[in-house]
Amino acid sequence: MEGPRVQLLVTCLVDALAPRVGRATLAVLENSGCRVDFPEGQTCCGQPAFNVGLTDQAREMAAHTLDVLDETEGPIVVPSGSCSQMIVHHYKELFEGTDLADQAERVAARTRELTQFLVDDLDVDVSASCDGCSVAYHYSCHGLRGLGLQSQADRLLADVDRVELEGDKECCGFGGLFSVEMPAISAAIMDEKLDRVEASGADTLVGGDVSCLMHLEGGLRRRGSKVAVRHIAELLAGDEV
Amino acid sequence: MSQPVSFVTRADALLGSREAAAVVKGIRHFTEARDRVADEFPIMEELRDRARTIRLHSLNHLDRLLGHFADEVAANGGVVHFAADADEANQIVAEILEKSGSRLVVKAKSMVSEEIELNNHLEDLGIEVVETDLGEFIVQLAGDTPSHIIAPVLHLTRQDVGELFSEKLGVEYTDDPTELNEIARAHLREIFLRADAGISGVNMAIAETGSVVLVTNEGNGRLTTTAPRVHIALMGMERIVSRWEDAAVVLEVLARSATGQRLSVYTNVITGPRREGDPDGPEETHVVIIDNGRSEILSGPTAEILACIRCGACLNVCPIFRTVGGHAYGTVYSGPIGSIVTPGLHGMDPWWELPYASTMCGACEEVCPIRIQIPSMLLHLREQAASEGRLPAWLNRGMSRYARTATDPQKWRRAKKWASRLSAPLASRGWLRRIPGPGRGWTQYRDLPRPASESFNDWWKSNRGS
Repeated sequence: MEGPRVQLLVTCLVDALAPRVGRATLAVLENSGCRVDFPEGQTCCGQPAFNVGLTDQAREMAAHTLDVLDETEGPIVVPSGSCSQMIVHHYKELFEGTDLADQAERVAARTRELTQFLVDDLDVDVSASCDGCSVAYHYSCHGLRGLGLQSQADRLLADVDRVELEGDKECCGFGGLFSVEMPAISAAIMDEKLDRVEASGADTLVGGDVSCLMHLEGGLRRRGSKVAVRHIAELLAGDEV
Repeated sequence: MSQPVSFVTRADALLGSREAAAVVKGIRHFTEARDRVADEFPIMEELRDRARTIRLHSLNHLDRLLGHFADEVAANGGVVHFAADADEANQIVAEILEKSGSRLVVKAKSMVSEEIELNNHLEDLGIEVVETDLGEFIVQLAGDTPSHIIAPVLHLTRQDVGELFSEKLGVEYTDDPTELNEIARAHLREIFLRADAGISGVNMAIAETGSVVLVTNEGNGRLTTTAPRVHIALMGMERIVSRWEDAAVVLEVLARSATGQRLSVYTNVITGPRREGDPDGPEETHVVIIDNGRSEILSGPTAEILACIRCGACLNVCPIFRTVGGHAYGTVYSGPIGSIVTPGLHGMDPWWELPYASTMCGACEEVCPIRIQIPSMLLHLREQAASEGRLPAWLNRGMSRYARTATDPQKWRRAKKWASRLSAPLASRGWLRRIPGPGRGWTQYRDLPRPASESFNDWWKSNRGS
């Protein structure tokens, strides 16, 4: 079976801080029959600038990302709900009424978050595995509320031992630069989340966004917790990475 | 209005406080009830759409509706006053009270009266003002400020209230809610009977009949607006709908979103003063329609915020509000909605910081009965703050440098290499416990993953590159 040709957009955080998640995403896509290209000029989608209101800088990075992606073909798959919704929703706003408006529309229409692509588009028969562990899943806000994603991860996690996590659809307190600008508040929100993770009995915390996960993992490490943190792509790739 | 300390300073001081703990505990009651009644109500989503249409229609036809409303109020025998700002509104109220010889005033809950700081103004004139909403009564006794637009004492526990009552009202200490209610009730009843005038807010004004609608759970709204000789209703100028039919739709979503009730216990409709043959009711009724910055908002990009019906649902789900409580915001309107309203009413200086008090999680928009696009308005205000040069220099310069790097893949690659190399001596097993510079706030509370020695991009080039 010849699967679709897809473009992998790993996001700046995965590229620089969590390359293993990029390799896991690649493995999942290839196992699902996709031919994966990686546009090497990709950097950052511009969301950090956009979210603090530095729109000119956001537009520069978004224009670069559009350039890199628009010359490729096929679905653009992103292992992040947050960066996906930036491209899907906000690029159109950023370039409304400009020469790049069409490009922004085209790229937005091709962009898919990883679980969304696997379940809604490919309808593949893959499922996450995590031998011997009990999993709590955190639904990151931008995927959940920005893109309406929830059932996709649920289906992919059907075969793992999942425990209930109280408040699993509430924000973890990361919020991009919010975590640095208002660090004490961000950490207080995080602490409530981590208390709930620890109370859930899970030994593995899983999510779909490296941004929230590195914030939560950093917090778990600081409190000396034994709970492991993994991106859903890592569970979907199994032992391959 | 402006306070000298910043949001972050106030918020950080509240973290882990007794007050913050009370907020966490109290707020759960609201969110759980809201979800329950929304889920059981099959047409909730449809009514939210209709309520949105109704409220946006009101904003788009504000001049005409207010004109119509004013005519109807006059036809009913009431008096309409327009106030351009807080000072004018306070003067109008003072004059009405003076003319009617009112010395003792009872008040039902009114956020707009908090906004214009009416109580201070009247007390300076020697007029006694008594709040009759239980929460506002407690706030007034304590010399405090409300911390939530519908639950003014969300930040207090019943023990706090028990101590306050015993200290200020000279009653024996109790923290039993029913007994506390009885104490307040007995105390207020006597004041209601003596009061010369009653001042209330307005949840909604209905243009077609010149009526004002007041929603309460305690019955104090009814007493305030019927027992004294004079009733003054204060309303923000956006608080209007065309027809009764519209008001009904808004009421359906208001109580559900606010307190998780299907309908508030009391819904009072006031249409003019006492008529001949009426057994009770005020001799004079006044409606003071207050602008105080709203026209400015209406002509700008955050106009939609005026569609807000003040249910407070966005406060209850906001991770920041839930963590620090309403006092952190330093202003009457707190939470997500307040972070848009406050800079709009009172200017970006010093309130520009409030739109940054958000993780952009979108929970507010998800519950807003009017589906107000709160996050995108917060982003808009951030853009405005940034363009006015209000951001710290490190952020401005740092982001420009970051953008230059991220638009040049060669520079991007080199920057990653440098970041990885520079962080190596600070790292232990791939994690950083402390970093210097503007990012130090991160490592004050959590570890930071060290930039990988081989980025994904590098790995791809070595293993898969063409």
